[in-house]
Amino acid sequence: MSNHAAYILASYLVAAAILGGLVIASLATRRKVRRELAARGLEKRR
Amino acid sequence: MSGFTALLRRDLSLVWRRPGDVGVVLAFFVVATVLFPLGIGPETNVLARIAAGVLWCAALFAALLSLERLFAADYEDGTLDLLLLAPWPLELAALAKCLAHWIVTGLPLSLLAPVLGVAFGLDGPSLLALMATLLVGTPTLSLIGGLAAALTLGARKSGALLALLALPLCVPTLIFGAGAIETLAAGDGIVTHVAILAALALVALATTPWAIAAALRQAGE
Amino acid sequence: MADLHFLANPARFRRFSQRVLPGLGFATALMLAVGIYMAFFVAPEDYQQGKTVRIMFVHVPSAWLSMGGYAMLSALGASLLVWRHPLAALMARAAAPVGASFAAVCLLTGSLWGRPMWGTYWVWDARLTSMLLLFFLYLGHIALSRAYDEPERGDRAAAILALIGVINLPIIKFSVDWWNTLHQPASITRLDAPAIHNSILVPLLWMAVSLLFLFVYLVLLRTETEIDRRRLENAEAAA
Repeated sequence: MSNHAAYILASYLVAAAILGGLVIASLATRRKVRRELAARGLEKRR
Repeated sequence: MSGFTALLRRDLSLVWRRPGDVGVVLAFFVVATVLFPLGIGPETNVLARIAAGVLWCAALFAALLSLERLFAADYEDGTLDLLLLAPWPLELAALAKCLAHWIVTGLPLSLLAPVLGVAFGLDGPSLLALMATLLVGTPTLSLIGGLAAALTLGARKSGALLALLALPLCVPTLIFGAGAIETLAAGDGIVTHVAILAALALVALATTPWAIAAALRQAGE
Repeated sequence: MADLHFLANPARFRRFSQRVLPGLGFATALMLAVGIYMAFFVAPEDYQQGKTVRIMFVHVPSAWLSMGGYAMLSALGASLLVWRHPLAALMARAAAPVGASFAAVCLLTGSLWGRPMWGTYWVWDARLTSMLLLFFLYLGHIALSRAYDEPERGDRAAAILALIGVINLPIIKFSVDWWNTLHQPASITRLDAPAIHNSILVPLLWMAVSLLFLFVYLVLLRTETEIDRRRLENAEAAA
C-alpha cells in the first residue's frame, strides 16, 4: 500500500497548483487593474 | 400562426433556391461516416458494433455545421430587427427557424443514415431503429443548436463556440439515440429509448424557444 | 440572504469586500492548514481504500463546490435576466472560472485516485463522466461570456446558457447513469462505502468548509476585480 503515497501526494499537489494558481492569478489581476485605475486617477494609490 | 408559416415557407424557399447548402451538409455526413471504416478497418462485426454511435455522432456534427448561419444572415441583413418588431411572438419565429433547420438537415440525415448503415453491416430492424431514433432525436439537436446559434450571434469565433455550447447539451440525445440500436442488438425493444428521446424533444420544445427568443432580443438590442 | 441585499450596489460591495477579504483569506489559509493536517495525520486509513481515502478529502468537496457553483451561476443568471442586477453579471463572470477550477481539481484527483484503486487513470464511471460534462458546461459559460466586444452582451448570453444548463444538468446526469449501467462492467469497485465513519466524516466536512471558504474568498476577490475592471472600461470608453 505504500506506493499509493505518490498518488496521494500528486493529487494534493495538483489541487494546490490549480487552486493556488487561481488565487495568485486573481490577486495579480486585481493588483494590475487597481494600478491602471490609479494611473487614471480614479483610485487613490495605496 | 400565419407569421409562423410565412417564416417557415420563406426559410424553406431560401434553401430551395440554393440546394447546394443542404447538399454540402449531407456530403459532409457521408464523408465523415465513411472515414470511420477507413480508420478502424473493415471487420464487419466491429463496424456493426460501432455503426449506431458513429452515425449518430456524424449526424450531430453535420447538424451543428449548418447551424452557424441559422440566424446570422437575418442578423446581418436586418431581418432580425423586423422579427423583433413583428406583432407575433418571437418564440414562434425561433421555433419556425428551428423547424426549417430540421426539415432541411435533420429529416434528410435521418433518411440517409439507414443507407449508410447498410455499409456498416447493420441488419433490417437496426436500420429501421436507426431511422426512427434519428427522426425523433434530431429535432432536439435543431432546437439546442438553434439556441447555441442564437447565443453566439455576433460573437468572435462563433463556429467553435457554438459547438462547445451545444455538444454537452446534446449528450442525452446521443446516448439514447445510439443506445437504442445497442438494446436492439441485445434483444430488447427500443420503445423505451424512443419514448425517452421524445421526452427529451418535448423538454427542448418547452424550454429552448423562450431561451432563443431571449438570446435574439439581447442580440438585437 | 435578504440581509445581503445591500451588496447589490457594486460600490458598496467593493467597500464590503475590501474590508472582509484580508480576514477571510487568513481564516481560509488557517482552516486549510488544519484540514490538511487532519487529512494526513488524524484520519485513519480506510479498510477498503487504504491510504488513498486521503484523496477523498479534496476530491469530494471539489465535486460539491463545482456543482454548487453551477447552481449559483444559474441563480446569478436569473437575477441578471429578471431583475437586471448589475452585480450579478460581474459575480457570474468572477465565479465561473472558480467553479471550473474546482471541477478540474475534482476530475484530476478522481483520476489519481482511480489509478491505484481501479488500475487506470480514467474510467467511464457515471460520476466522472457527469463531472466532465459539467466541466464542459463551465468552459462554454466562460468562453461565451468573454466572446463579445461588448461585455454586457456576453454577460446576458452566458446567463441564458446557465439557466438552460441547470435545467439540462439533471437530464445529463440521468442519461449518463443510464448509459453507464448499459456499458459498465459490474466488477468495478464503487466509491460509496456502506456508511462513512465519523473519523473520516469529520475531516471531510472540515475540508469541505475550508474549501467553501476558499471558494467564497476567490469569488469575492474576483468580483471586486471585475467591478474595478468595468470602471476602467467605462473610463476608457468615456475618454
